[in-house]
Amino acid sequence: MSETPKINLAAEFAQSGVGPVLRQLDDELIGLAPVKQRIREIAALLLVDRVRQRFGLTAQAPTLHMSFTGNPGTGKTTVAVRMAEILHKLGYIRRGHLVAVTRDDLVGQYIGHTAPKTKEVLKKAMGGVLFIDEAYYLYRQENERDYGQEAIEILLQVMENNRDDLVVILAGYADRMDKFFHSNPGFRSRVAHHIDFPDYTDENLLAIGEKMLATLNYKLSPDARRALGEYIPIRRARPHFANARSIRNALDRARLRQANRCFAAGDVELTLDQLVTIEPADFRQSRVFLESPAAE
Amino acid sequence: MRITQGCFSFLPDLTDDQILTQVQYCLDKGWAVNLEFTDDPHPRNTYWDMWGLPMFDLQDAKGVLMELAACRKVYGDRYIRLSAFDSSHGWESVRISFIVNRPANEDGFRLERTEGDGRTQRYATRAYSLDRPEGKRYS
Repeated sequence: MSETPKINLAAEFAQSGVGPVLRQLDDELIGLAPVKQRIREIAALLLVDRVRQRFGLTAQAPTLHMSFTGNPGTGKTTVAVRMAEILHKLGYIRRGHLVAVTRDDLVGQYIGHTAPKTKEVLKKAMGGVLFIDEAYYLYRQENERDYGQEAIEILLQVMENNRDDLVVILAGYADRMDKFFHSNPGFRSRVAHHIDFPDYTDENLLAIGEKMLATLNYKLSPDARRALGEYIPIRRARPHFANARSIRNALDRARLRQANRCFAAGDVELTLDQLVTIEPADFRQSRVFLESPAAE
Repeated sequence: MRITQGCFSFLPDLTDDQILTQVQYCLDKGWAVNLEFTDDPHPRNTYWDMWGLPMFDLQDAKGVLMELAACRKVYGDRYIRLSAFDSSHGWESVRISFIVNRPANEDGFRLERTEGDGRTQRYATRAYSLDRPEGKRYS
């Protein structure tokens, strides 16, 4: 080669339009550092591959099937939507839509029902991302005649043959997904990226809560913010804690109480500020506070 | 005799890439794509068998091509056509239809004459392939 062509990765990056998506990911998703790190790595790999291809170097499309493991409410679905967008911007998938399914959408109820059902879903997901929530339900160990196995086989086949047409993301709780992969070695070897979603810290959850309220045009008064800060650790200690989802539910209930409080005030004129502000009382009335001994 | 019905039938057969592009056009318009097959090539035969259900809610043409491949595997010796149905109000009908698979040799039609009342003659076209039983017409 007489002249070595040069390439500016930064310019490539700017041109791909991934930057804003990654930045949005950073801004809108709180915490989740390992997840963001891995997404950035994948984006970098795809970008470098694209440049390599232009030089005629072999750039075999990497396998991008992923598994998202984490506790409920840690943002698996939200990240999956973002992932579809990123992969689309990088030109890895053609359409960038997300098809979210669970066992019910893939597995049929009688013999011969499963294959068409699974194929239907796969056809819809072509060119995008297929997100299988609670993927471990596909495989029922205790029933060897379960139709889930059939769906798994079709999935595996398409994951292998149509690698450049769709990306499959399996999601679920960590321990059960481990068991699932253990009993389906085919899946394990075809899923290249295992991303673990850590639980949110209390500060993260508080920030998430504020962000959620901001998008709904609400705000917390300083005292209410403190009340929510106290609420989170108490709620975490109680059963069925689902991270961000629990916070969303708590905020929904707080909004109910706020509306009720405004209404109960009777025939007075409300200011705009009163309409959008959530007061500590809206949290303090929660069952979580009333039933917990710490609150007394 | 080469059957010419539907779009593109005077052109050379479409390649898979060309079919892909056409299907993507249909999907981008929001039409539902169907696959049909038959071994009765008569132009008045409107009752083709359907391969599976019409494919609603697809985003990408690759899914249709997957079905086409599966259909060709089973009925590769017959005519397969692809049609796209527009469900929007006021149309509610097939917007495009074209043949995507043909038998290796298309043996054409013969003209049959029937004597009618008086000196009238009635004519009918009949595909040679219809002389053979269904399912064995092109194999």
